[in-house]
Amino acid sequence: MRYLARRGGLFLITLWAALTVNFVIPRVMPGNEASAVLATFKGVNPAALHALQIEFGTAHESLLASYFHYLGNCLTGQFGVTADGVPVMSEITSKLPWTLGLVGVTTVIAFVIGTFAGMASAWWRGSRLDTILPPTLFIVSSVPVFFVGLLLIYVFAVRLNWLPLGSNYSYGATPTLSLSFIWDVLKHAILPGLSLVIVTAGLWVYSMRNNMITTISEDYVKTARAKGLPSRQIMLGYAGRNAILPNLTGFAMQLGYVLGGAIVIEYLFSYPGLGYLFYTATTDHDLPLMQGLFLVYTLAVLICVLIADLVTAVLDPRTRDA
Amino acid sequence: MAIPDIAINDSITDVEATRAPRRFLRAVLGNRKAMVGAVILLVMAFLAAFPGLVAPDDPQAAVYAQNAGPSSAHLLGTTQLGQDVFSQLIWSTRLTLIVTLIVTAIATFLSTIIGVTSAYVGGVTDRVLTVFIDVFLILPVLPLLILLAAYLPPGVTSLVVVLCITSWAFQARQLRSQGLSIRNRDFLVAARARGERGIYIILVEIVPTMTSLIAASFLSLAVYVVGFAASLQFLGLGNTSELMWGTMLYNAQQASALEAGNAWWALGPGFAVALLGAGFALLNYAFDEIGNPALRPVRRRRGRSSA
Repeated sequence: MRYLARRGGLFLITLWAALTVNFVIPRVMPGNEASAVLATFKGVNPAALHALQIEFGTAHESLLASYFHYLGNCLTGQFGVTADGVPVMSEITSKLPWTLGLVGVTTVIAFVIGTFAGMASAWWRGSRLDTILPPTLFIVSSVPVFFVGLLLIYVFAVRLNWLPLGSNYSYGATPTLSLSFIWDVLKHAILPGLSLVIVTAGLWVYSMRNNMITTISEDYVKTARAKGLPSRQIMLGYAGRNAILPNLTGFAMQLGYVLGGAIVIEYLFSYPGLGYLFYTATTDHDLPLMQGLFLVYTLAVLICVLIADLVTAVLDPRTRDA
Repeated sequence: MAIPDIAINDSITDVEATRAPRRFLRAVLGNRKAMVGAVILLVMAFLAAFPGLVAPDDPQAAVYAQNAGPSSAHLLGTTQLGQDVFSQLIWSTRLTLIVTLIVTAIATFLSTIIGVTSAYVGGVTDRVLTVFIDVFLILPVLPLLILLAAYLPPGVTSLVVVLCITSWAFQARQLRSQGLSIRNRDFLVAARARGERGIYIILVEIVPTMTSLIAASFLSLAVYVVGFAASLQFLGLGNTSELMWGTMLYNAQQASALEAGNAWWALGPGFAVALLGAGFALLNYAFDEIGNPALRPVRRRRGRSSA
C-alpha cells in the first residue's frame, strides 16, 4: 500500500506542477506577446478580459492572492472562456471524442503488435524473425511521425487517390449512425491512425523482448515444460503473461509521447480533435484554451499512469511491499 | 586498488572510461548498422560545413519560376515563392545540426548533473530530485513544448531553451540508477575519506566512469531532439525566415505542397529529418554493445578483465 500512496503523491505533485506552469507562463511572457493575447480577447466579454488581466499581472492583485485564486478556479472547474467566447471546457469536450477514438484505438493496436512482436522474437531468439523485426520496428519508431504521415498522404491520398485527405468525415455529411457514415469516418481515420501505429508499435518491442528473455529462464517456465504443456501455452500463458507486467507501466508513460504524435498528425490531416484545437489555439493566441488543453493532456497521462499502477499492484504482489 | 572489484562487477568502470574511445571506434567499424549511422552523420556534417559546394544557388532568393516540378536546373523543384528546394534543403542542414547538438549537449549535461547528484548525495535531496525527475517524465512533452514556445519570440534561441527544459528527465533517471549502483565502490569511499568535496567527487570521480552510458544517452536524446525540434517548427512555432528542415516543412504544409504537385518540397525535409534521426539511432547500436556486456562476445570480455 505504501507503493500506491507514493504513486498517488506523485499524481498530486505532477498535477500541481502542471497548474503552476499554467500560472507562471503568462507572468513571464514578454510584454508584446501578452498584449497580442489581450488584443485577441478585446470585445469578447469583459469578464474574460478582466480574468486575463489578472493573469498578466496588469490588474491589481498580489501574486500570492492571484495564485490561490487561480488554483481555486481550476479546482472548481472554471477554466475561463476561449477567444470565441465559448467556455474552454465545453470546447475541449466537444473535440475530445475524436482524439480519444484516434489515440485510443491506435495505441491499443500498436501495443498489441509491439508486445506480440517482442514476445515472438524472444521466444524464437536468434531466428530470422528476431534479427529483423525488433531492429526494424526500433528504427521506424525513431522516424518522426509527420514524415510517415506525409508519405502515407502522398502515396494513398495524392497518387493513388484511395483514401480521403483530411478532416474527420466528408464535407457536408450529417453525423448519423448509418453504415455509410461510419464507413466515411473510418476512411478518414485510416491514414492518421496508421501513421501513429507505425511509429508507436516499436516503442514496446524492445522492453517486451527483454522481459520475455528473463521470464523464459524462470523455474516456472521449466516446470511447465517438464509437465509437457503445449509450447504455445507456455509462451502465452506462462512466459508472456509475466513479461507483460513491466510493459504496462511503460505503456502509460509513453502515452504522453503518443499524444504529442497525435497533435502533429491531427494538424497534418486537419483532423478536428484536441491536437488540431491546440494548433489553432497557438495561432490565435488563445491563452485560456492552451492552458486548458495542457491540463487535459497532463491529466490524461496521469490517469493512465495511475490505472497502470493499480493494475500492476493487483496483478503483481511483489510491488505491494516494495 | 579498485581493479579486482572491476573484474568481478559489471562493465562500466574507470578503467573502461580510458578505453572507451578506442573501443567505440572498433565497435563502429565492426558493426554495419553503426557504420551506416556514422556515414550519415559525417555526410550531414560535411553538408553543414560546406553547403555551397553542393548547392551553389542562394537558398532564399525567390528568383525562379514558382512551384515548378523537379528539373535538371532545380533538382527538387521550386517553392511557391520561386526558391530552389534542393538549395534550401542543403543549406538547412547547418542550423538543424547546430540546434540538435547544442540542445542535446546541454540536456545531457543537465541530466548527468541532476541524476548523479541525486544518486550520490542521497537522502532528502535524492527524494526531492527523484520527484522532480518523475514530474518531468510524466508531463507530456509536446504539449509542454508548444505551451512554452507559443509565448516566446519565435526563433532558434527560444527553440533551444524550450527543448533543453523539457528533454533531460529520462536520461537523468537512467544515470541516477547507474550512479546508485556505483555509490559505495571503493574508489568513492577513498575519495570521501580523503575529504574531497561533493562536487569534485561527482565531476572527477563518478562522471568519468559513466562515459559510455552518457554517450549512449547523448545519442538517444539526439533522436528525440531532432524529432521534437522539427515537430515544433512544423506546427508553426519556429521562425520561418530561419532555414531549418522544420520551417521548410511548415512552409510546404501551408502551401499544400503535396496536393499542389510539389511533393519534394514537403517530402525532402521530412526525409532529411528522418535520416538524421536514423543516423543517431543507428550509431546508438554501437554504444549499446559497449554499455551492455550481455551483447558482447563472452571470450573477449573475460580476456579484458584478467588483463
